[in-house]
Amino acid sequence: MRGFDETLLDEADETVRVRFVVNGRKVACEVAPRETLVDCLRDKLELTGTHAGCEMGACGACLVQVDGRAVHSCLMFAVQADGARIDTIEGLTDSGAIADLQAEFHRRNALQCGFCTPSMLINAYELLSQVAQPSREQIRDALSGNYCRCTGYEAIVDAIDAVAKARSAGGAR
Amino acid sequence: MDFEETAVKARAFSYFRAATIDQALDAHARAGDDARFIAGGQSLVPALSLRLQAPRLLIDITHIAELRGIGREGAYLRIGALTRHCEMLTEPLIAEFAPLLHAAAPFVAHPAIRNRGTFGGSVALADPASEFPAMTLALDAEIEIAGASGRRRVRADEFFIDLFETALQPGELITAIYVPLFKADQRFVFDELARRRGDYALVGCGMLATFASDRIDDIRISFFSVGNRPTRAKAAEAALIGFGLDAEHIAAAQAALAGDLAPPENDEVPPAMRLHLARVLLGRLLGRLGEGA
Repeated sequence: MRGFDETLLDEADETVRVRFVVNGRKVACEVAPRETLVDCLRDKLELTGTHAGCEMGACGACLVQVDGRAVHSCLMFAVQADGARIDTIEGLTDSGAIADLQAEFHRRNALQCGFCTPSMLINAYELLSQVAQPSREQIRDALSGNYCRCTGYEAIVDAIDAVAKARSAGGAR
Repeated sequence: MDFEETAVKARAFSYFRAATIDQALDAHARAGDDARFIAGGQSLVPALSLRLQAPRLLIDITHIAELRGIGREGAYLRIGALTRHCEMLTEPLIAEFAPLLHAAAPFVAHPAIRNRGTFGGSVALADPASEFPAMTLALDAEIEIAGASGRRRVRADEFFIDLFETALQPGELITAIYVPLFKADQRFVFDELARRRGDYALVGCGMLATFASDRIDDIRISFFSVGNRPTRAKAAEAALIGFGLDAEHIAAAQAALAGDLAPPENDEVPPAMRLHLARVLLGRLLGRLGEGA
């Protein structure tokens, strides 16, 4: 087990190699320690579906799943995620895991500019994996950290509510 | 892009992932104490991004196994410092033996923050508007600290000193929090007043009471968002001990609150308004406590 090496203190601007499993694929990146996960995903891996908004954990536009839990990728440095499994909106889209949510958002106009949409979908995906039939109150509570400046939220809550009901009615999903 | 002027980006730092507590303490000492421990990072990363802090070394403590886990130890529930806020909602041991923390957890920030933020980190930061630091006071919890001189345990009553100031010395870290096991003759209640769910509370309160039949044998009432640190309402507690929770004694506790809380000047929430809100909240919570909570 490697202890602390003082020469590290003089290498703050030097990049280090990190490895993750992003959307099921093993990747390695060279990052400076101060580089946030959202910047790494967008700039190094060109996964631009994750959006950088406030960059201080207030707007919720940068959600990704790290080891299966939604987190703000602006509130995490890429080096902290070394060895983690990361799932972004691109991976969840490709796997079909959120296809019904995406269709319902589309059908109900639950987006306008679309900036907040990837994180809204990730949040909804996580909520429905934990609570099969959330109340509208629970849906609103789950979305409380995601800003949408277009829709007024009502259509977003409608879409998630409709998918929860459809999934329950459809049985196994 | 000119990062100095426009961007929300941290200054350069070195990063070290510690595998043990000793490694973490050693790294901090050898960085000349110009280092910060990072766990969930949900308050520290914004502070770095806004350049309110700019340490030369970040020591990641999230891979230290000893800081994890929840388990019974004698009369206490030991809650590892790295326990995430979301675990307060899902861990059966928390619900059974520290139900006040379970009740407070949904009020802590938003789900994605709760997925990463840690109990130890919240207590170490000691944000006066945070739920968990105040609840350690209500629970009479003990905070276990590791430092160069070894381990020590500090009661929550002695831990919170002033604004973001605690009994933690530079280079020390919290290893676990010990909460006395919840007992059958106890009741708890928690609530807060906020303009919007997940926002910082205008005022918040949690309490733990021990009953002897219908009379209060002991009670610890803790407020947050009322001043420089989480604050026990000792005068209100004294007004209740030995009595039942009838309208007369609830009113006496509300009146006594003026001796406990001295909210700071604030343009949005003037001191008189905050004290009023604290009294309203106290009245509601004592009512719920009297009904069995």
